Amino acid sequence: MGTVIKAENLSKAYQLGEIGTGTISRDLERWWAKVRGKEDPFMRIGETNDRSIRGTSDIVWSLKDINFDVQQGDAVGIIGRNGAGKSTLLKILSRVTAPTTGSIKIKGRVASLLEVGTGFHPELSGRENIYLNGSILGMRKAEIKKHFDAIVDFSGVERYIDTPVKRYSSGMYVRLAFAVAAHLESEILVVDEVLAVGDAEFQKKCLGKMNDVSKGEGRTVLFVSHNMTAIRNLCRNSLLLNNGIIALNDVTEVIVDQYHKSYTPNLKILNTNTQRTGSGEVIFLGLDIVDQYGIKHPYVTTGDDLYFRFLIDVKSHSKDIDIGFSVHDDQDTMHSVLYSSFQGRTYDLSPGVHTILFKFEGNYLSNRIYHIRGLIKVRSQISDHPQDPLAELVVEPGNFYPNQHHGHQTSKLTFLIKGNWI
Amino acid sequence: MTEEEHWDLEIKPEGNLLDLKLRDVWHYRDLLFLMVRRDFVSFYKQTVLGPLWFFIQPLFTTLIYTFIFGNLAAIPTDGLPQPLFYLAGITAWNYFADCLTKTSSVFTTNAGLFGKVYFPRLIVPLSIVVSNLIRFAVQMLLFFMMMSIYWFKGATFHPNGYLFLFPFLLLVMAMLGLGLGMIISALTTKYRDLSFLITFGIQLMMYLTTVIYPLSVVKEKYPAYVWLVSYNPMTSVIEAFRYGFLGQGTFTLLSLGITTLFTTLILLAGIIIFNRVERTFIDTV
Repeated sequence: MGTVIKAENLSKAYQLGEIGTGTISRDLERWWAKVRGKEDPFMRIGETNDRSIRGTSDIVWSLKDINFDVQQGDAVGIIGRNGAGKSTLLKILSRVTAPTTGSIKIKGRVASLLEVGTGFHPELSGRENIYLNGSILGMRKAEIKKHFDAIVDFSGVERYIDTPVKRYSSGMYVRLAFAVAAHLESEILVVDEVLAVGDAEFQKKCLGKMNDVSKGEGRTVLFVSHNMTAIRNLCRNSLLLNNGIIALNDVTEVIVDQYHKSYTPNLKILNTNTQRTGSGEVIFLGLDIVDQYGIKHPYVTTGDDLYFRFLIDVKSHSKDIDIGFSVHDDQDTMHSVLYSSFQGRTYDLSPGVHTILFKFEGNYLSNRIYHIRGLIKVRSQISDHPQDPLAELVVEPGNFYPNQHHGHQTSKLTFLIKGNWI
Repeated sequence: MTEEEHWDLEIKPEGNLLDLKLRDVWHYRDLLFLMVRRDFVSFYKQTVLGPLWFFIQPLFTTLIYTFIFGNLAAIPTDGLPQPLFYLAGITAWNYFADCLTKTSSVFTTNAGLFGKVYFPRLIVPLSIVVSNLIRFAVQMLLFFMMMSIYWFKGATFHPNGYLFLFPFLLLVMAMLGLGLGMIISALTTKYRDLSFLITFGIQLMMYLTTVIYPLSVVKEKYPAYVWLVSYNPMTSVIEAFRYGFLGQGTFTLLSLGITTLFTTLILLAGIIIFNRVERTFIDTV
């Protein structure tokens, strides 16, 4: 059991803004600095990759002095928010781009899966694409031949193997593509969030395969995902990246905890120009709908627990604040209303910005798009009633019913029923 | 852990300049042939006439050249039947020009693929050169057909021993197209302007090559400018090609030797530049 991946002072700089006019003069300037043995004038050190702060130079460090080791047979999760440098790290590991400084030393062959089906040609049949894709990923023809049956078997598209892949459903396409990658004979497997595609059953199969690869076959896996459950199941150790530096390198449990803690809410702010009625003592600033980890998703699924995070601004000390919201469909038909007072809860708040959290258990809204509108009453008088909806809620079929049954497939329903059949 | 640990791979900012990574290319040789196959199959599938297109283009170009340069401008053709003279030039030139243009856009057309997976990028230009070979073979068939037609009509041309230079000439054309193409492709990742220049530049270069006129005419009429044409490495290739198959052409083994040397240098420079750009082009493309 030795170290198979060793990253030393790894950094990667990207140039911001447009690359076009002035490139030749800039290149000449850089070249001139290099000839004289000076530091590259366009790569001053000392800036971190924080998107929200405007830097002084056009260079941004997507990774900065990264050091880590990976032992043989480990499955390591790489966690971080968008822009933390995960993809850059994977790109360097898979040799798609070179680092700016530092190095990574590797023992064994690396197969990377930044995308499923890279190089698939729509006109070619499944069989031909297995060979093409396999050899793009670094397999020899003989190796592919050896695994061919296993690949076809894993993908479950045997009937269509001689049909051009352009006739495949997107699910079949992904299955076939992952099947090829899963049978790579490399010592190190680098996987980006490819599991975000495909249905739940196939995702499970992929995760199982990756588990086999790392635990059963002693191969090393590096895995990037936003899916914390998948990371927890697969990876014992993880790296937490934050603004291009390793914030933490520890066992996965600790990392996942830290990741959730460090999450700053990315609240949808209500347009300040929105028409409002009411006294204005307490007003809405915005509403975020998040999951149990405080993470916001483009959509939610049925059966999930949802958290409504209302951000409100209390202008002066107020008692008896009643927060209300209503659920509308995309035609703006109102389907339900809830005030906190209905459940015996009103708030007594000091001036300032407050967050009110509401947990919506086991989301039974049917799959369609809803708008959430809000209204605040203070001492039973309307304080704020914005004309615009506070948030949009997109519901997709989920786990409301057991066994992944998605319920009646129509978008005209508004709520789902379930009970006990006695 | 010992100091002298063995690592299979070291990912560094800058690789060794002279490391051509040919061993890597060898390892991926299966991919090369699968890519050629892919190009060929996908070319077929989207057309009605299929490989007939390979015939149509040189045939019509020959007709037009015969009419304009042969009849209207009356440029002599070393005493050879005009269509045969032009077709020889066009067939050889097309192979070179196709290799060059296609190779020169390798990075921009394959950005999606290159951005997702590593394999020696050299495979793609190589596959282009090999794919074009199929097209070239079909066009050579046209050329042989034309030759036999004229042979039976009793035209005078004399294929000779220099015909055996043909595989070598083909190699030189492929290497030159590949080398120049790779240099340009490396530059186009940053300076997109070059991709506009390339189609236009190739046309200009064709007129500086002995495609529509023989070298002997330039020597005779414009001795002051003959260097412009004879320094062009493609000139001696096409002249030798014509000499071998048709018995007319002006070339020396020395000029061919110089061309070969120049081509080798271009190819070497092409591979070095290409390998260098390959490492980070995805950041700028």
